[in-house]
Amino acid sequence: MNAVTAEPILKVKDLSTTFQNDKAGLHVLDQINFKVIESEFVCILGPSGSGKSTLLRIIAGLLPYSQGEIELDGEILNGPRPGVGMIFQNSNLMPWRTVIENIQLPISLQNGNILDADSPQKLIDLVGLQGFEDVLPRDLSGGMAQRVAIARALVQNPDLLLLDEPFGALDAITRERMGEELLRIWNADQKTVIMVTHNISEALYLADRVLVLSDRPANISLDLEVTLSRPRKEEMRYTKEFGQFAKQLRAAIG
Amino acid sequence: MDRVKKNMNGSRKNHWSLIPITGILSILIWYFVVWLGDFQAFILPTPQLVWLRFIRSLDDGSLLRHFSVTLGEVMGGLAVGVFTASSLGYLLARSRKLERIMSPYIVASQSVPVVAIAPLLIIWFGPGLTSKVIICSLIVFFPILINTIIGLRSVPEDLYDLMRSLQANRWQIFSLLEVPAALPVLFGGLRIGATLSVIGAVVGEFVGADRGLGFLINVGRGQYDTSLVFVAVFSLVFMALALYGSITLIENKLLKWNMRPEQRILNDT
Repeated sequence: MNAVTAEPILKVKDLSTTFQNDKAGLHVLDQINFKVIESEFVCILGPSGSGKSTLLRIIAGLLPYSQGEIELDGEILNGPRPGVGMIFQNSNLMPWRTVIENIQLPISLQNGNILDADSPQKLIDLVGLQGFEDVLPRDLSGGMAQRVAIARALVQNPDLLLLDEPFGALDAITRERMGEELLRIWNADQKTVIMVTHNISEALYLADRVLVLSDRPANISLDLEVTLSRPRKEEMRYTKEFGQFAKQLRAAIG
Repeated sequence: MDRVKKNMNGSRKNHWSLIPITGILSILIWYFVVWLGDFQAFILPTPQLVWLRFIRSLDDGSLLRHFSVTLGEVMGGLAVGVFTASSLGYLLARSRKLERIMSPYIVASQSVPVVAIAPLLIIWFGPGLTSKVIICSLIVFFPILINTIIGLRSVPEDLYDLMRSLQANRWQIFSLLEVPAALPVLFGGLRIGATLSVIGAVVGEFVGADRGLGFLINVGRGQYDTSLVFVAVFSLVFMALALYGSITLIENKLLKWNMRPEQRILNDT
C-alpha cells in the first residue's frame, strides 16, 4: 500500500528448517525470503503439507528454525514475544472459561501489565458478541467461537496478527462472513496481518499480497501483489480481474 | 442458547422417588427371610433388633466415637493418597522417560494385595492412626495416579501452544491450563478412591486396632452381637455414600462447564 515510506516490520531471511524424525530429517522449509511492511495484509497459500503452518508457527516463536534469520520489529526472533497475537485453526478456547474470561486470558497472564490493552467489553462489541459475555464455549457455534478467538488475540493490542487457517473448520457461508468481519476489523485499526490459508478466493479477497509456497521442501514460488481496489466487496469475487489473479495463483500452486 | 433452555428433567425426578420404595421393599424381604428361616438373632437379627441396637450405640456415644475414628483414617488416607499420587502422576505425565522407567514398578506394586501387607504395616507403624492412613493411601494411590496421567495427557496440544504464544510461565500453564483441564478425569479417580479408602480403613482395623467401625465388627462377631455387626456395616455404607455424594457435589459446583445440558438445568433450578 504505502511501500515508499514503510519500513518492514518483519524480515525473513534465508529461513530453512528440518524436522528431526527418527534418523532422516524432514526438510520442510527451504530458503524462505520475504518482508512484511506495517499494516500489510499478507496471505500464505500453498498445498496441504507444504509447511505453511510451520512457517507461521516459527514466526510466532512456537517452533525453532535451523537456518536463516527472522527479524521482528528490529529484533532477532527467539521464542514467543509480546505484541504478537495468534489465532488457531480451531478456536482453541478454554472450555471452562466463559466468553469474557477467555478474552481476558492474555491480560490475566500478564497480571494486567499490558500498557495499551483494549477493554474486553470493547472487543466483544467489535466482534459482535454482545449478550454472550457469560456463555460457555460449548454453547457457541463455530463462527461465534472463532470470533471470541479473534477478540482474545486482539485484546493485548498486538502489532502483528498471525492466523493459521482460522476459518478452515467453518462452513462456506460462515467462512465468507468471517472474512468480511476480519477485513472490517483490519480496516478499523490497521494491524499487520499474516494469514495462512489454502483457499485461493479467500486469499485474494483479503490480502494485499499473497505468498505461494511450493511443495516440500517449500520455498516461495510466487509473491503476488493483489492490486484489487479497497474496500473489497463480495461481488469482486466474480470479476474478470479476480479470475485472472486466481488463475495465476492456481498455476503457481501446481 | 436455546439448547440450554430445553426442559429435560422430567425422568430424573422419578428416579429419586424410587429410593424409599426400594428401601421399604428390602426391609420387608428381610423380615420375610427371618420369618421363613426362623433364624436366631445371632444368625440373622430382624431389622427391628438392628434398629434398637443402633439407637443404643448412638445413645452411649460408642457408634459416633468409632465412626469418627474410621472417618479420620479414611479422610487422612484419601488426602495423603491423592497428594502423593497426583504429584507423581504429574511428573510421569510430563516425562515419558520417567514413566517408562517407573511404570513396571508401579504396575508390579499393584499385584501385591494391600490385605497381604497390612499386617506388616501394623507391625511397623503400630495399631494407631498412622498405619491405617498408610493402608488407605496405598489403596487410593493407583486409581488417582492413573487418572491424573490420563487427565494431563488429555490437555489439547493447541492450548499449550496458545499459552506459550501468550508467554505464560510454568506456574500459569499449570494452574490455568493443566489443573482445570485434568480436573474432570481427576474427579473420576477421586470418586473411586473415596470408596476404596473406606475399604482400606476396615482392612487395617481388622488386622489390628482397638477402635473404629472395623474393630466394632470384630467385637460384635466375638460377642455374637450380630445386630452390632449390622449397625457397623450400615454405618460404613453410609460413610462411603456420604463421601461419594460430597465429592459429586463439589464436582458439580466446580465443573459446571463439563456437565451435560440436562444436568446443568437440574443444578440451576
